[in-house]
Amino acid sequence: MAFFQAQDISISFGGVQALNRVNFTVNQGEIFSIIGPNGAGKTTIFNCINRFYDLTGGVFLLEGKSISHAKPHDIADLGIARTFQNIELFKNMTVLDNLILGRHRKRRSNIFTEMLFIKPVRLQEIRSREKAEEIIDFLDLEAHRDQLVVNLPYGVQKTVELGRALAMEPTLLLLDEPTSGLNMEESEDLAFWLSDMKEELGITVIMVEHNMRFVKQTTDRVLAIDFGQAIVEGETNEVLTNPDVMRAYLGEENVCNA
Amino acid sequence: MQFFNEFTQTIINGVAIGCIYGMVALGFVLIYKSTEVINFAQGELLMLGAFIAYSLITMLHFPYWLALITTILAMGIVGALLERVVLRPLVGEPAYAIVIVTIGISYFIKSVVSMIPGWGTDTYGFKTPFTDKYVRSGELVVSWEYISIIAIALLLIAAVFLFFRYSRMGTAMRATSQNQLAAVYMGISVTRVFSLTWTIAAALGGIGGILLAPITFVHMNMGFIGLKAVPAAVLGGFTSPPGAIVGGLIIGITESLAGVYLPDGWKDIAAWIILIGVLIIRPQGLFGIQEKKKV
Amino acid sequence: MRFLMKTDYYQDIRIFKYRSTFFWYVALIIGCLLLPKVVDEYLVSQFSFICIYAVAAVGLMLLTGFTGQISMGHAAFFAIGSYTSAILTSHGVPFLIALPASGLVAAIVGVIIGRPILHLTGLYLAIATMGAAFIIEEILVRWESLTNGNMGFLVDPPVIFGFNFDTEASFFYLSLLVLALTLLLAKNILRSPTGRAFIAIRDSEIAAEAMGIDLPNFKTQAFAISAFFTGIAGCLYAHKIMFINPESYTIVLSIELLAIVIIGGLGSLHGAVFGSMFFIFLPQLIIISKDYLPTFIQDQTGLQPALFGLLIVLVMLFEPMGIYGKWLKTKFYFEWFPLYKKDSFKREKKYQKAERH
Repeated sequence: MAFFQAQDISISFGGVQALNRVNFTVNQGEIFSIIGPNGAGKTTIFNCINRFYDLTGGVFLLEGKSISHAKPHDIADLGIARTFQNIELFKNMTVLDNLILGRHRKRRSNIFTEMLFIKPVRLQEIRSREKAEEIIDFLDLEAHRDQLVVNLPYGVQKTVELGRALAMEPTLLLLDEPTSGLNMEESEDLAFWLSDMKEELGITVIMVEHNMRFVKQTTDRVLAIDFGQAIVEGETNEVLTNPDVMRAYLGEENVCNA
Repeated sequence: MQFFNEFTQTIINGVAIGCIYGMVALGFVLIYKSTEVINFAQGELLMLGAFIAYSLITMLHFPYWLALITTILAMGIVGALLERVVLRPLVGEPAYAIVIVTIGISYFIKSVVSMIPGWGTDTYGFKTPFTDKYVRSGELVVSWEYISIIAIALLLIAAVFLFFRYSRMGTAMRATSQNQLAAVYMGISVTRVFSLTWTIAAALGGIGGILLAPITFVHMNMGFIGLKAVPAAVLGGFTSPPGAIVGGLIIGITESLAGVYLPDGWKDIAAWIILIGVLIIRPQGLFGIQEKKKV
Repeated sequence: MRFLMKTDYYQDIRIFKYRSTFFWYVALIIGCLLLPKVVDEYLVSQFSFICIYAVAAVGLMLLTGFTGQISMGHAAFFAIGSYTSAILTSHGVPFLIALPASGLVAAIVGVIIGRPILHLTGLYLAIATMGAAFIIEEILVRWESLTNGNMGFLVDPPVIFGFNFDTEASFFYLSLLVLALTLLLAKNILRSPTGRAFIAIRDSEIAAEAMGIDLPNFKTQAFAISAFFTGIAGCLYAHKIMFINPESYTIVLSIELLAIVIIGGLGSLHGAVFGSMFFIFLPQLIIISKDYLPTFIQDQTGLQPALFGLLIVLVMLFEPMGIYGKWLKTKFYFEWFPLYKKDSFKREKKYQKAERH
């Protein structure tokens, strides 16, 4: 059975059909990319998975079960974590606190026990910190552990956001343009981490990406969309050389000239 | 027939008060649109305008219309001064800091008014050309005072709209309220826009004061009416100038009806009950646009 | 500069980071305990008011400073706390039960009001809370069988196990204890998942939701806990001034509480205390400095609020981050001396872009 599936998903805003009966299937443990020109509806797919928007038709299936009726905050409990295109970190908190916030769904205390800060709460805090330190280690964030996120450079913020998603111990990770704004070196680091996540942690990744070299380097399978319609889904090389995809990216004439 | 007359009278009173609420609310909306701040001193500006008009008419014996225009000009200057001295240094600071500053300003204006000889804490009234004149149609008696309030308010509101719609500066102000940085790049002077916004808002407050004076008299606590204009602005969506006027009318009419047909006490909270009811159903107000952050 | 060699995760969690911090807090507490021996009764009573306002300010700080939800109706919870305790103690309920009960009733009302309106954002929420406060104030005036309406209520000084807190000094100790407990509970919340969820909601609602934080639930919790502390403060206030009527709990009080947390510095518990000190001491300073002014100004009753308004404007003009912001900068100056530069805290100029269209 497919790990994650989109069946005929559609959504429209006002009169604009942002997604029109899109289908795709993601297998357990693979890195799956969604590509397409700006405005094709890639981020909208993520926002629908996260339940920020309601689908007007179709359904998402996680291990065969529909997630389309879960509340936005329940999505995290299903093991789905995500990052954002323009970084949505908690800016006035330290890196460590951001990572610990990723542990929110593991919380077993309530406001009353926390007010008294009884022993289980204290132990839970210490466990959260242990986990956060593992991620700091994994992503080389030691130098920034106690700094406020707002003071960090863009590339590091992106890494922190990835770390926060990892702290949620997800089974499915959604990355929205993970390399945008990163330099070559940072992109290469990210490629390493992605393969580590796949090999060691067994996390399934769906990402939206514009950097074709990065997609080629890291991705198992690709879905290309344009104007809210799926163009083609398949093995990475197959999709990237597909004439329809090239046309969507480069325009009619350029393909002919090439 | 008795009921009908009473009802019509109540509605007309409500519309008149509603126009004043609408004008004060328009001041809130203008400042909110350009600086994302609620100006808590708006009510005090209204009070100040009423006191200036009172002094001009009773002490300096200005004719009513001349006093009206002079007050508008004077309040415009007060608004521009406030912007220049207090608010301009705060541009770019967090909105809550500026909100607290406007609260400080309102304390200050109120206490200074109470200390000025001849103003103080007493209640005053002044005569207008409409005092004690009535229109009769059968049993129905309507005071010219109320009709004049409605007429003047509508005229001024129309002037503000035309200014925003058709003048260059009005367009610049609308552009700035959408995106300051883009406005700067287009060569719009954002500081000029702010100063003009405050000038217009203060002038609107002042006019509100003059129009309100015959109904509630002139006194130090007139500014509390500014608080009543807040639900009017929110009902209209807080960013929509026509919404502010409609909101003002809704609040004015409801209050006036509640005052006549409901037991004591309802009049003061009717506006707030309607406000909360509307917000529960439509969180963006009647004319506001739902904002959803893009991610 | 101080560096801390961390060897244990608990070091990050504990309340006092450095041993010296702990020392200073102990010194502060001893200083407070000795206070009634040093200053006169009137000043002691002002210190009691600082504690009371600080408890309410901590409540509002949790909601506004940490969760980012502005309330302009906290006077209502303050009033509910006052009335609950006044009514309960007048029926013979011991103060030790009436005190938490006043917080609880305020919290329950907070949940009832908060649940339907907390999906509002920013300004709209502020104004809806203001409206709710007006309605509650009117209920206090009209529900005469319970509240005595505008006639008001006489309240006795608190009695715990037969001990009567009727002197200024004893009442000061009582309010100091309540403040200390409030700060401890608030600090505990802030260093555990709920507190972090509050701050997350303040910084990015969308990301908070993606982390699995249930927004309506946590906003309601923030509202309830905030109302709880404010209710407790209201209870102390009633027993301090010993006479309550609805006029003490108007919109003016709501705005004053908001001014306290903003002037103190949003997003810090210190700020709540600093703000209350500023708020109580400023009028005292103005009264004292009156002696040095010309007589014709001295006699003006409007002088005090005018100066108060002016000083609020000046404080915000020079330090928009509030008193706690100034405190941090001063500390930074000494820690980094002589490396501190004038522009160390220069803010980048920001342009606003409306998210509406």
